[in-house]
Amino acid sequence: MTDQIASLVDRADVCAVAVAECFRGDGEILANPIGTIPMIGGRLARATFEPDLCMTDGEARLIANDEAFEWPNGAVVEHFNPYRQMFSWVWNGRRHVMMGATQVDRHGNQNIAAIGAYAQPKVQLLGYRGAPGNTINDVTSYWVPNHSPAVVCEAVDTVCGIGYDRAAALGPHAARFHEIRRVVTNLCVLDFDTPDHSMRLRSVHPGVTIDEVQAATGFPLVVPDDVPTSRLPTPEEMELIATVIDPKALRLAEVPNP
Amino acid sequence: MTTPKDKRCTEDEAVAELRSGMTIGFGGWGSRRKPMSVVRAILRSGLTDLTVVSWGGPDVGLLCASGKVRRLVYAFVSLDSIPLEPHFRAARQRGTIEDEPYDEGMFLLGLQAAAWRVPFLPTRVGLGSDLLRDNPRLKTITSPYDDGEELVAAPALTMDAAFVHMNRADARGNGQYLGPDPYFDDLFLGAATKRFLSTEKVISTEDLSKEGPAQSLLISRMLVDGVIEAPNGAHFTSCDPDYGRDEAFQKAYAASAKSPESWEAFREAWLTLSEADYQAKLRAAGGGA
Repeated sequence: MTDQIASLVDRADVCAVAVAECFRGDGEILANPIGTIPMIGGRLARATFEPDLCMTDGEARLIANDEAFEWPNGAVVEHFNPYRQMFSWVWNGRRHVMMGATQVDRHGNQNIAAIGAYAQPKVQLLGYRGAPGNTINDVTSYWVPNHSPAVVCEAVDTVCGIGYDRAAALGPHAARFHEIRRVVTNLCVLDFDTPDHSMRLRSVHPGVTIDEVQAATGFPLVVPDDVPTSRLPTPEEMELIATVIDPKALRLAEVPNP
Repeated sequence: MTTPKDKRCTEDEAVAELRSGMTIGFGGWGSRRKPMSVVRAILRSGLTDLTVVSWGGPDVGLLCASGKVRRLVYAFVSLDSIPLEPHFRAARQRGTIEDEPYDEGMFLLGLQAAAWRVPFLPTRVGLGSDLLRDNPRLKTITSPYDDGEELVAAPALTMDAAFVHMNRADARGNGQYLGPDPYFDDLFLGAATKRFLSTEKVISTEDLSKEGPAQSLLISRMLVDGVIEAPNGAHFTSCDPDYGRDEAFQKAYAASAKSPESWEAFREAWLTLSEADYQAKLRAAGGGA
């Protein structure tokens, strides 16, 4: 029965719901999901169960609209939010960012700077961007649209966003604002709700097996006895996503159906 | 009777003030509102061994590909619509530039520290990350207050010269942005010894308030030594609302990183020209490459 319903639901919508769930309980903070499905998931959370979230237009304004990418009837602007203001939110503890990750490891360390030895990397990426500051100051989650052993890996080459082992080494006071809440991928949802904060399989998306997730991961995940299936979108959520939040279906390009 | 200073000059006159080995900052952000006509003038000059400070975009890529950069001070380099800057990547992967990485927020503090003439500003940004491994300039400091907290001392990013691009300015150096974000252009000018502002259009001081509200007057003439009138001067980066990014041109620029031959062809076609000829060629080509 569940499998029959699941086969009718786009994987991208399951991912969007999983992203939305990351922001549950966040209240009146800046939810700052970066990427196509993260933007959709954040808008979905605000339009349903987290109405007080603040969100950007992707540039220098906070806007109230439920549409994620285009505002044909005009943006409803709440606040002027240039980059300099964004850093104030980060340092004031008012932000939950969902970043991408070229590599993320079992402790939640993230790399977007460079692959290989940093001094002369095999592959240069963006640079450190804001990852060190995001992770030491606020709740951070990650979005991985291409779950593979190279991405969800044993150890990252350069630690940009700091994970639980690095935070623990700093001590409880220095790392008091650190929390890596979830890693949402195209296959599953991961968290760090284990005694030593090792990455744990929280749920698998409908149609994905635990073995598939493990095979796509570069280290042994903590797998509870009972791994639930990721929550399916409600009919109301599917309608919202398809007609308001992402009417051009950009999400299907980021995560196609298997 | 004395008259106010008229600071107007050309790109080449401004670049003649620079010397090889200097530390030079560029305003804007990624591929947005970059002082590109000045970058092009530097590419035509004999300057080398520059330390470049930037929220990196094609300014960084062009200077790297042209062998002008000894050291890069940055938090990211991106073309926005093309996330990874191919010429910057090539330079890093060949190991031809010295790398001084920062977190974005730490970079802001470094600019602010320089503009406020203090050696550093404290932050918890960077703790636990590999920035402290990869940027040996970074040091930590212990709070002198009761908390005793260990923090990172983000060092002042002082510069010999800085360039920013504004939508409008007067001849005295009052600069106005009309787009979505001021970025950190005021801090670049505050952090530099020689300070230049390029602008789409020089207008009278009285007319500045007809273009936008007082909040859009980001740059004070106290921060500016030279004003360069450079219509379409941010090309091919965006300069909203005057014009958007020239995506076709940017694609051609990015594609030129494929081989030494393709870079040489791009360079020959676009980077050996005077600014006037560059703009004329663009117009003849219909705006794109």
